[in-house]
Amino acid sequence: MDQQVKDLINNEITNNEVCLFMKGTPDAPQCGFSMAISNMLKILEVTYKGVNVLENQSLREGIKEFSDWPTIPQLYIKNEFVGGCDIVKEMYENGELKKILENKQIKFKK
Amino acid sequence: MAMDLKEIEALIKEALPDAKVEIQDLAGDGNHYSATVTSREFLGKSKIEQHKIVYNSLKGKMGNELHALAIKTKE
Repeated sequence: MDQQVKDLINNEITNNEVCLFMKGTPDAPQCGFSMAISNMLKILEVTYKGVNVLENQSLREGIKEFSDWPTIPQLYIKNEFVGGCDIVKEMYENGELKKILENKQIKFKK
Repeated sequence: MAMDLKEIEALIKEALPDAKVEIQDLAGDGNHYSATVTSREFLGKSKIEQHKIVYNSLKGKMGNELHALAIKTKE
């Protein structure tokens, strides 16, 4: 992977406590899976940064290699890869997502 | 390019011989599937690791030939 892309990803996940690599933007997601995670974060009133991978082809490929994960969206909380759409949805439904937010001291609606 | 349901099931079972695999073609277009995979191999592994095992069994097809595969893993 390009060092520039690696630096870009590292910057995003370091500077944003909750960072979602997605297709489209939080206001206009371009894919149903990206929209799903976006909506869950909005319902929980979590402040997050949405990084639109459609604007940058090398980022779109780079994030897959960086996380060793073949799909987008990808959710990072405090520098840690939490999962893609299926895992985050499952965690949202069984309450684990709230637990992680709490443990990592991220503000959300309880 | 789309993928056949049987092909997906065969690839997963090749990697996880004990797995019970249930696949649904969500949109009927050969491109949007959901798979529930139950295997003892998942015991003691995190969700991320479990999903990676399934992704790896698909040998790079995920995100390429296969646009969307919702995965649910059970131990």
